[in-house]
Amino acid sequence: MSDYNFAYLDEQTKRMIRRAILKGLAVPGYQVPFASREMPMPYGWGTGGVQVSAATLTPEDTFKVIDQGSDDTTNAVSIRKFFEKTAGVAVTEETEQASVIQTRHRIPEAELTEDQILVYQVPIPEPLRFLEPRETETRKMHSLEEYGLMHVKLYEDISQHGAIATSYAYPVKVSDRYVMDPSPIPKFDNPKLEMAAIQLFGAGREQRIYAVPPYTKVVSLDFEDFPFEATKADHACDLCAAEDSYLDEVILDDAGNRMFVCSDTDYCRGRREAGHVGRLGEEAA
Amino acid sequence: MSISAEKKMPMIELSGVAKSFVLHNQGSAVIPVMAGAELRVEAGECVALTGASGAGKSTLMRMIYGNYRANAGQIVVGGVDVASAEPREIIQLRREVLGYVSQFLRVVPRVPTLDVVAEPLLSLGVEEEKARARAAELLARLNIPERLWSLSPTTFSGGEQQRVNIARGFAHDYPALLLDEPTASLDPVNRAVVLELIEAAKARGAAIVGIFHDAEARARVCDREEDVSAFTPQAAA
Amino acid sequence: MTPLLQVTGIEKRYGARIGCADVNFDLYPGEVMGIVGESGSGKSTLLNCLAGHLKPDAGQVIFDTRADGPVDTVTMSEPARRMLGRTDWAFVHQHARDGLRMNVSAGGNIGERLMAVGARHYGDIRNRAVDWLDRVEIAEGRVDDRPSAFSGGMQQRLQIARNLVTEPRLVFMDEPTGGLDVSVQARLLDLLRGLVRQMGLSALIVTHDLAVVRLLADRLMVMKDGHVVESGLTDQVLDDPQHAYTQLLVSSVLQV
Repeated sequence: MSDYNFAYLDEQTKRMIRRAILKGLAVPGYQVPFASREMPMPYGWGTGGVQVSAATLTPEDTFKVIDQGSDDTTNAVSIRKFFEKTAGVAVTEETEQASVIQTRHRIPEAELTEDQILVYQVPIPEPLRFLEPRETETRKMHSLEEYGLMHVKLYEDISQHGAIATSYAYPVKVSDRYVMDPSPIPKFDNPKLEMAAIQLFGAGREQRIYAVPPYTKVVSLDFEDFPFEATKADHACDLCAAEDSYLDEVILDDAGNRMFVCSDTDYCRGRREAGHVGRLGEEAA
Repeated sequence: MSISAEKKMPMIELSGVAKSFVLHNQGSAVIPVMAGAELRVEAGECVALTGASGAGKSTLMRMIYGNYRANAGQIVVGGVDVASAEPREIIQLRREVLGYVSQFLRVVPRVPTLDVVAEPLLSLGVEEEKARARAAELLARLNIPERLWSLSPTTFSGGEQQRVNIARGFAHDYPALLLDEPTASLDPVNRAVVLELIEAAKARGAAIVGIFHDAEARARVCDREEDVSAFTPQAAA
Repeated sequence: MTPLLQVTGIEKRYGARIGCADVNFDLYPGEVMGIVGESGSGKSTLLNCLAGHLKPDAGQVIFDTRADGPVDTVTMSEPARRMLGRTDWAFVHQHARDGLRMNVSAGGNIGERLMAVGARHYGDIRNRAVDWLDRVEIAEGRVDDRPSAFSGGMQQRLQIARNLVTEPRLVFMDEPTGGLDVSVQARLLDLLRGLVRQMGLSALIVTHDLAVVRLLADRLMVMKDGHVVESGLTDQVLDDPQHAYTQLLVSSVLQV
């Protein structure tokens, strides 16, 4: 029996967060303000995602945490341990086994189902922030659907780089209404934003929650003559030979040797166990 | 839209026109200039305004143009009462019907001479090429050398500026024309050209009011004279 | 003909002090109206009330919209007024910085209004931006440069291009040549004259410079202490001023 209330937050706080989540689901892509609490980690370390997970978890859930696709980074481990301790929920590294997945900056490769919830950690929820610093003005733009400025940003990219250079946190239009920042996921993941699972986004420092219900239309912004492309490095995973997953580039030695491996560690493990072998991989025993 | 000039109705008609200047910042001094002014000019007629210097010739001309405000009376040009018309009606009148060649060329910096002269046609919607061609024709006739056409008239001599002014005034075939000392500061050759232009305008039916200090010019183009001193307030009957 | 703008009884007060009061006029398509006065005359207050930047305490500003005919813009919904401000209306600020995005390229600045009304073809947007740079006499090669790298006159011309790209019918200008060098002013005024005529624009220009109104405006309103003391044909008001204040203003201008 833990000394903590279930999932650390008190019931009234969880209720407030759930109200924000419901509002977010009712208005896909709309940033709902919420009273972000002081959590036992500093701002910038996933407090938004943690609060949304805390409000969402029930004792029957199985919880997974990934950080840039990996279950075993320091932060993924410590958040997982946090919920083991305060909520006593079962935890897993296998995507298919989890009912709630908290993620920093990636969407898992495995297709998610209607029984799952994906919770994103968001640093800056406002997609227009770097072009328009005034909060009063960006709120008006969202409420009046004045998104010309968003295309100005893409225009600037093309004029400076010859192509839309935004490679992560690529803005999307949700349900033909709100423009949303999908958090710093690589643009490769954008097509996955149309999924069967519930997607919740939490920004603790900025105090905003937003959501995308299952099967919602999510379109990446682009120009007619510069259409959106979900690109990735032109390699296969060196461990499991996957051609369609997002890769991390790892430098091996001082001579400049490098390898490309799946960013989603669980996906890679699963493929290797099923017998797939990449260029640098070893035959499974 | 052109305003038809019926032979019966005069092109320019003034009745009961009066004007005083009130100088508020000089003890509200009131300077009456004109009272009971009357004038009729038919199409194809040229009337000279005469009278001593300061009698009000230029003032009357400016009132017909709408540049000075009349305090009383009517000033009807091509069917529009300039004394009471809306600014946009007067602007339309000036664009289509009523031309004015003043003594001074108001120079807009940077605009080449050819465009200065073409402007009245351009604002009527005439194509650039055609407008510039007409402007070139007039400038050539008035002996302005072609090498000056692309320069702004800012640096021209008084006589040259006057000729540019005249060219602009005759670019469009105005049914009514006001000419203030059109031959002043011109040599005999150019004076003759201007008089020819005036005669041509009369022949096509323009009603012209002119101020000419040059008696010879006056005698050649004007059909009659009107002495404005008749309208000086002390002299009003 | 329906007036493009019908202004009745505009009043703006700051407590007991009058910003502007009892302003009435009609503006027709293609007319340029100058509003002159000295500091504190209320001319900028009036312009901001007319352009929807300030809410007047009384009065109507009825604009002949393309879709719905004459509509009072004072009581218009905010989304509708903002849309108007991006399409049929334009506002040229005295300081280009207030009317431009300094951290966006020249092409992006001009393209913004197009993108705001739905343009989604990069190539087309860029071509129109380059076309407009040419019309305001900025070298094409500067299309990707930021306005922070431009001279004051160039920034002002860019502001004009940015405003006119959606072919508005009514342009509000607040001291458009203020703060610019004299030779630069001349160039800008020349450009404005040309564009006004080519595009058949109506404009309301606030300025304290009588030479600017003589050059650009068909009509003139002279303001003092928040009231319009005289109005009429520009050359008539300047050459034959009737009101004491207008006479003072005109006689005060130094002749070069």
